[in-house]
This record gives sequence, C-alpha cells and structure tokens, in this order.
Amino acid sequence: MSRKRSVDRRDFLKGAAVTGAAALVPDAVAAAAPQAPPAEAAGQAARPAAAGAVREADPLVEVSETTDRPGGDFMVDVLKSLNIEYVASNPGSSFRGIHESIINYGGNAMPEFLTCCHEESSVAMAHAYFKAEGKPMAVLCHGTVGLQHAAMAIYNAYCDRVPVYLLAGNSLDATMRRPGVEWAHSVQDAASMLRDFIKWDDNPISLPHFAESAVRAYKIAMTPPMMPVLIVLDGGLQEDPIPPDVASRLRVPKLTLAAPPQGDSGAVAEAARLLVDAQNPVVVADRLARTPAGITRLVELAEALQAPVVDQHGRMNFPSRHPLNQSENAGQLIANADVILGLELTDFWGTVHAFRDAQHRTSRSRIRPGTRLISINAVDLFVKSNFQDFQRYPEVDVAMAADAEATLPALTEAVKRLATDDRRRAFQERRARLEEAHGRARQAARNEAAHAWEASPISTGRLAAELWAQIRNDDWALVSESGNTSGWAFRLWDFDKHYQHLGDSGGAGVGYGAPAAVGGALANKKHGRLSVNIQGDGDFLYAPGVWWTAAHHRIPLLTVMHNNRAYHQEVMHIQRMANRHQRGITRANIGTTIEDPNVDFAKIAQGMGVHAEGPITNPRDLAPAFQRALAVVRKGEPALVDVVTQPR
Amino acid sequence: MKTMMAAAAVLFLVTAVAGAQTPAPAQQTAPAGNADSGAKVWKSVGCWQCHGYEAQGGAAGPRLAARNLPWTGFSAYVRRPANQMPLYTEKALPTADLAHIYAYVQSRPAPPQNIPLLLK
Ligand code: HEC
Repeated sequence: MSRKRSVDRRDFLKGAAVTGAAALVPDAVAAAAPQAPPAEAAGQAARPAAAGAVREADPLVEVSETTDRPGGDFMVDVLKSLNIEYVASNPGSSFRGIHESIINYGGNAMPEFLTCCHEESSVAMAHAYFKAEGKPMAVLCHGTVGLQHAAMAIYNAYCDRVPVYLLAGNSLDATMRRPGVEWAHSVQDAASMLRDFIKWDDNPISLPHFAESAVRAYKIAMTPPMMPVLIVLDGGLQEDPIPPDVASRLRVPKLTLAAPPQGDSGAVAEAARLLVDAQNPVVVADRLARTPAGITRLVELAEALQAPVVDQHGRMNFPSRHPLNQSENAGQLIANADVILGLELTDFWGTVHAFRDAQHRTSRSRIRPGTRLISINAVDLFVKSNFQDFQRYPEVDVAMAADAEATLPALTEAVKRLATDDRRRAFQERRARLEEAHGRARQAARNEAAHAWEASPISTGRLAAELWAQIRNDDWALVSESGNTSGWAFRLWDFDKHYQHLGDSGGAGVGYGAPAAVGGALANKKHGRLSVNIQGDGDFLYAPGVWWTAAHHRIPLLTVMHNNRAYHQEVMHIQRMANRHQRGITRANIGTTIEDPNVDFAKIAQGMGVHAEGPITNPRDLAPAFQRALAVVRKGEPALVDVVTQPR
Repeated sequence: MKTMMAAAAVLFLVTAVAGAQTPAPAQQTAPAGNADSGAKVWKSVGCWQCHGYEAQGGAAGPRLAARNLPWTGFSAYVRRPANQMPLYTEKALPTADLAHIYAYVQSRPAPPQNIPLLLK
C-alpha cells in the first residue's frame, strides 16, 4: 500500500521488464481494446512512447504527480485473465482508480463497465446473468455504503448458490484519507457485515497478493456450492504507481477450476439399486442444472427409469412438455412414492412434509412410512450457521454431499446396469401411465386458464397465454421470477432450454426481479435471444433505476407488468392475522397495497428512455400492445407494457 | 415464553369450544344471498386475495367458480379450514355475508370453450 508520491520511472520499467507471466495470461489480456497498451505480460509497464516523451520533459509534474502504470491497471489484467465480461457498478470514489483503469487501460471491454443506479441492482443483475451465461459478473462498489446497499442482493445470491464476483473499494491508510467523506467511506473490515452470507473474502495488501486472491476468489466462487465472494480493493493499491520491486514480481496466477465433486461410488450404487427396485420412484429437482448439461443428464436418468420428474424450478431442470414432467402432479406422486430422489433441493423436509400456518402450527408427513429418501446436494459440503436458509433437517436414507449434475451420469449408468428386462418392462408400463397423466395435466391447465378469461383486472392465465402467443416462434427466454403468477408460464409454455428459466431470487428478498431480468437479458443479448420478463409491481419499485440501465446499455427486454397494485403476499399475511384475531377483516389493505395513487409504470419507464405503454385493463388490448413493444425489443431496446392484473 | 404458550392453549380451547357451539351448517340450501352484495363482500373480506376476483383460483387458493360446491361444504370449510386457508369465524364474517359470498361464487359463469390461444 505504498503512498509514495514519486517513482523512478527507469527503475520501474526495468523491474517490470523482468516479469514473465505471459504464458499464463489468457488471450483476454492480449485482446484488450485499442486504448490498451500491448500487454506482453501481465503487470508489465509497456507504455506508448509519446506519453513517455512528454513525461521526460517535465520531471516534477510527470514523475511525482502522474503515473501511467497505476496498480489498477494490473488489477484489470487480472480481471481480463478471468474472462469477466461485465462489471456492474454505481460509481464511487473508493474505487475510482480501478474504474479509470477499466475504461482506459482496459479499453472498457472484458470487463465492460455497466452503469447501475443502485448496488442492489448491480448484484441482482450479476446474479441472473450468471444463471443465463454460466460465468460470474463482477460488481464494483464502495466497501461501506455500497456493500450496505448491496447486502440484500448478495444474500439472495448466496441463498440461490450463485457466484457473484464482488470488488469493493476502501481506504485503509488513515493518514492518507481525504478529510470528510472518505473517512465515512472507510472501514477496517469491509467484509465483516457480509461474512455470514458470502463464501470467501480477502483484503489484499499488495498487488501480488491481489492477484492470488482474485484468482482464488474466482475459483472458490465457482466450486459448488457456488456463492458470492468479495475482494476489497485498497484505494492506494489501485491509484499508486506499481512500485518497481513489486512490478518485478507481478504475474497472473493460473486459474484451474475445481472439478465439481461427484457422489461416492458406493452411495451411487445404493441409490441406483433403490431407484431400480422402486415401484413408484419420483425424481425431484430444484437447483440441479448448473449448466445446459444438467437438463440432458436429468432427461437421461428419468428415461432410464421412466420415472416422473417434479421440477421445483430453482433452475430450468427439465423440459416442461416432456411426458415424464409431472410437476403438476407433485403432491399425489410424493404421497405415493416409495423412493424419492432429491437433486439439489433447497428444502427436502418441506418437500415431504405439509406445514400448517395456523394459530397452532402443525406439520405432518406427506409420505408413506418406509419411503426411502435419497439426497444429492452440494450444499451439504458448505453450510453456515447464522442465517437459517438451510431449512429444516431432512431425515434421508442416502445422502451424497456432492454436486448432483456431476453425479447424474454415474447414477444413470448404474441404473442401466441394474435394470433387468423385467424391470425395463415395468418401466415402460410406468411410462405409458405417466404420458397419460402428463396429457391430462396439460389439458387441465388449459381448462383452468380459461376461467376469468375476459376478466378485468386481467387474469394471470390470460396474461401468460397472450404473451406466449407472441413469442413462441422466437428463441425466447423468460428472465423473471414467476412465483407470483400462479406458475402459468410453466403450465402453458414449452420450456426446453436452460436459459428459458433462471429460477428465482433464492432468499426471497424482494427487489430482485427487475434487476435480475435486466441481467438475464444482458446475457441473452449477444446470443440474439428474445428476453421477456413478467414483473411484479412491488418489486419494480425497489430500485427502478435499473430500467435506465437497460435503456442506456441497449439491453433488449420486454417487461410485462404483473401489476396487482399491492405487496400481495403481505396482504394475505395481514388477512390471516386479522381473521385469526377476529377483527378488522376488511383492513388488510392498510400498509400493503400500492394504490391511491396508482403508480403509472409506463410513465416511469418512459422517463428513463424505455418504450412503454399502459396501464392495460382490457385483456383484448394485450396482443397489440405486446406486438408494438416487441417490435422495439427486436430492434435491440427495452420496452414495457403495464398490465393491471388479478392478484395471483 | 411459557405464559405465551399457556395463553395460546387457552385461546385454542376457546375457539374450539366456540366452533363446537356454532350450529353445524347442515341445511343443504343456502340462506338467501345476493350475488351483487356478495361481489362486494368477496372483495372487502379478502376472498379475492387467494381465489381471485372471479373466484377463478390460482397458486394461493383453488378455483371456486363453476364448481357448484354445495353450501354445506362451502360454509363449513370457511369456518374450519383444514389446511392453509385462514379461518373466518361467525364473529368476523356473519353467515348472512357468507351467504352473499356464496351467491356471488355460484353466479360465476362457466369459462368460454376452445379458446384458440390455449391450444398452442
Ligand atoms: C389467504 C388465502 C385465502 C383466503 C383469504 C381465502 N381462502 Fe379459501 N382457500 C384457500 C386455500 C389455500 C384453499 C385450499 C384448501 C386449504 O389449503 O385450506 C381454500 C379453500 C377454500 C374452500 C374449499 C374449496 C374446496 O375445494 O373444497 C372454500 C369453500 C373457500 N376456500 C372459500 C373461501 C371464501 C368464501 C373466502 C373469503 C371469505 C376465502 N376462501 C378466503 C385460501 C384462502
């Protein structure tokens, strides 16, 4: 953390020249944009000759008050080596050094700076972007006021087992802080307030230390169970010239991601035996599919057994129209199961128990006595104690502390080996029954969606059906959470690709939906996918500035408001309390609804440069409004249609 | 904590007894209700929150529209729900109002058939 004001330029160059990590630096460094110096080696101070000449002419100013090789540049080299595409950030002085290095030295590419209006938006964008793209986005914020804003979104990512690469600015050397704000923006231990819900953090005190920790953090974040990590960037380290003795030691460490842990072979064999012998096995998947391979592997296992699959939608796990997709019949299947395989379940206990939220809270088992439970869950490898997202303790029969996606091929192989001809015949019969059940469930969903078809406020079934009609021939992706629209998209749409659904927030911290949709849409942009978002009104209002970010960065995204004019979950909770207390049962709207005045979401979006229309109250107006908005989105920009809807 | 539990236990007994004393809604025909009044009560006391404004149902509560549920079961369920639905006691929601609600639910039309959008 040198705060030396001058540097001997010749020594600096000499020292830098001896670094030799070129072989270890990925192409990203060499591929830096035009403004960037040619980077023969990471951390090497190769600078344009012209700049050097000017510098020689005025030693006082040039040598003591400027530098053309600040520490932040080397940090950018490291970020480039990690192939980080974007850094989402609300600008802040504690990281002005690396900010400037990113845009000028790094050429504002790999990573590109995304201007965000709230740190919560930055993190939630990164959160959903990962689920669509499979690699982490960086987030840059103040170590103090920024991380505090970001904390809730970080908690969501933690609960959702998603890596977010957090970089936070801080000024450690008290004698070098500017009086006033910089003191308020400095902290001894920036990570302390997050340590319960991030996987790892460090506070490097030198650039070589930064390099190792930055690469290590990436590796830790990407090892299942994946979670956010944090590197605190000292201001001096970012802004000061790279000292010559340090320059000679600078190199970017090699990144080798850890292969995800696979279930123990004995446990895999036992699980396969139970599944093959079962009369009524059920496969339940929650945060299973980390990569597109997750879907393929689950289909292979399900077809090897001809077993029903219940998708709990933590990720896009299983094609919605595959005949073995029996998510609609989950309750009945679980009640009749003799073996249940849970793949990365957030809540195995809750999957096999019913819990009653009444004055006297009671629970009961949903399964038959003797039903065998098999769990494959990477979270068993890493659990923290303070925040209670780990749910009730599940009493299972076979538990693999392992990554389910990585374990599935071995399990499927074992199942195929054990399946005798007799069992295969039984599997085929099961398949026939399940195909029929799937068809019936689909028909039932259509019948249900027809109710309240002409209603105003517009039914969520109608909303989903109208939207589907407009996008079904595109390469589409639903980038929103969809918990609050009665699951209509899953019931009516044909999901089969990993990016078509990105799960939900993880921690149920409201305010995730809007920025997550923008982050998911950003990932989809370069693949030419059409991103759509069904957006809750309460969620929208947390940090609406993200719509400006979408407009500014030309992120194509159709947002359809599910505007029920309330924090509706809370309306229901207050109703429950009033009923229980037998008083004021007409007053659950107080403190929970978003009326008087009604929010004009189209106006808000328009004010941020987003094409927008609404509020729409007549369902017959939906199709033309969607068409107009989609025309804008197909041209590469965001658009919004505000729809006044039924509550759920 | 213990006092709280004790109080809760007493409350439970009280409601249980009160529940038992409420005359069982045995009559098969509903007391006279008016669908228009029912629409208002449906909205004011919160049934819409979980069952939808049109009683069409959704993730938070099942469809009640176009099911022709008998009054006996309907009213019994509201008074003593077995699962997630919050109970509505006679004190909070008089039977006369529940009868209006019932009339409203019964008046919800059958859905249109063969909607082209739902066939894709
Ligand atoms: C907070 C949500 C909620 C509210 C408010 C609510 N219900 Fe329900 N209701 C449910 C749920 C959920 C069920 C399904 C059974 C269960 O879990 O208790 C249900 C079931 C029912 C049933 C039984 C349906 C059947 O299939 O047999 C009736 C009748 C009913 N509700 C009527 C009403 C009426 C009338 C009101 C208003 C006075 C109301 N509900 C308010 C959630 C709610």
